[in-house]
Amino acid sequence: MTDRKADPAVDRRDVAWWSDKAVSVLVFLGGISAILFIIGIFVFITREGFGFGEHFKAGEIFGSTRWAPTSDSNPTYGILALVAGTASVTGLAMLIAVPFSLGAAIYIAEFAKGRTREVLKVLVEMLAAIPSVVWGFIGLTIMNPLIIQTFDVPIGLCVLNSGLILGLMAAPIMTTIAEDALKAVPDSYREAAEALGATRWQVTRRVVLPAARQGLLAAVLLGVGRGFGETMAVLMASGHSINLPTSPFDSVRALTATIAAELGETAVGSPHYQALFMLGILLFAVTFLINLAADLIVRGIRKG
Amino acid sequence: MADQSPAAVEFADFSLWYGTFQAIYGVDLAVKEGKITSMIGPSGCGKSTLLRSVNRINERLGYVRTEGHVRVLGHDVYAAENSLVQVRKQVGMVFQRPNVLPLSIRDNILFGHRLHDGGKDAEDALLESALRQVLLWDDVKDRLNRRAQGLSLEQQQKLCIARLLPVKPRILLMDEPCSALDPKGTEAVEELIWELRGAYTILLVTHNMAQARRASEECVFMLMGKLIEHTATDQMFVSPRCPETADYIEGRYG
Repeated sequence: MTDRKADPAVDRRDVAWWSDKAVSVLVFLGGISAILFIIGIFVFITREGFGFGEHFKAGEIFGSTRWAPTSDSNPTYGILALVAGTASVTGLAMLIAVPFSLGAAIYIAEFAKGRTREVLKVLVEMLAAIPSVVWGFIGLTIMNPLIIQTFDVPIGLCVLNSGLILGLMAAPIMTTIAEDALKAVPDSYREAAEALGATRWQVTRRVVLPAARQGLLAAVLLGVGRGFGETMAVLMASGHSINLPTSPFDSVRALTATIAAELGETAVGSPHYQALFMLGILLFAVTFLINLAADLIVRGIRKG
Repeated sequence: MADQSPAAVEFADFSLWYGTFQAIYGVDLAVKEGKITSMIGPSGCGKSTLLRSVNRINERLGYVRTEGHVRVLGHDVYAAENSLVQVRKQVGMVFQRPNVLPLSIRDNILFGHRLHDGGKDAEDALLESALRQVLLWDDVKDRLNRRAQGLSLEQQQKLCIARLLPVKPRILLMDEPCSALDPKGTEAVEELIWELRGAYTILLVTHNMAQARRASEECVFMLMGKLIEHTATDQMFVSPRCPETADYIEGRYG
């Protein structure tokens, strides 16, 4: 038997072959560039922030509530009040957003039917697209007088105001992610439970929610990350004054808002400038950890 | 062959539409109590739809309209005054693919029992007797708290049958219960179904004519949403009355 010569018709590199190659290279570049940009941002922030090392006194930074980087006589960089501001606002926002968004997600995914469901989904996604400055504006011009009137307090720009605003901002995105998690629960589970005589709420509570547990947790974590990193709305609605809050009506200042408000007025390379970048590193690290946790949890779902 | 046993499930001039598509045309059928009745017919003939009308599980789709009556143990399941939950307590259902819940074996078996506020004390006894009835007890008794999804498909399908029993249903609906199983699993589940006859009224939809012949006492043949023939299984496969039935059984179409 002689060796058969390869038929050239089988090995033809035509337009489809070349365009496939070209597209895969382009897509690879696109994918890798996102990672490069993130690493670049990280390196930049770190480099700018690490110059702060010589002024770095851990006890002062994490132990003091006095953030006075512009003081001539005694510049101090205590971030305790800023951390407390961010934490209190985010915490209140989650208290508001978690029940509302989980409730909305359960309604859309499990109870609403046909048109209602479609309309609601679109509306929730529209809410997610409202720019944060608009939310800040609402906080400033609507919530502020409302809080002053209702609770008889001197100022309405406070933890309550920004927590509410932030909660409303985080709720749509959390609703969308939580609804995806509920939708990912196989319909055969619902069918099985219903055939056993479960009511819709029993199906939801005993089967769907436990099965979607991880996805729901991921939704909450992403909401926390969103709240933590939000700047403009918090800047506008929180009162922006350095305070360890003792009541929801205290004005506070958030980490993000501090950077946004002060960075433009510092001299490049000054200790103040570097201190702000240090705040940036802190925010970056925390949001990164939160998102990583959410991501790992979501991966867990796919495997589990 | 005169049969005095009363009807456990009775369809009376029952029609069903999915949207504008009519899937069932005026079916009259009396399913005898304590027997295994198999339903055969080509794809799309309405046999699954008819089965799913008994516990109204096909209404999950939301665009179902019906006319006529379905009576389960004398209660009209489409009458407003009868509670669907109570009907579904009497009517257990097994699906094509084993759909165990993402819970432990124990929680799967006791799921229905707990839904209907069964007592806590009875749980262990119910668990054991249900698993024994489906011949699964010896396989799983040492891992009752493990996830049910770790079982083989055959074991999962048996578990799905066992899960119905603690609620004490009178009727079991089986929608091609062996279609996801290999021949060995099919044989085991068929044997199990055969064991359960008498204690339960079983309605079995199958694609597999040989299975209907092996595993049922009564047989219903459907075509294009209409009930063509309903006789004893032996008779159906030996001397069918209608020419359509004969053609289908002999494999001329479908």
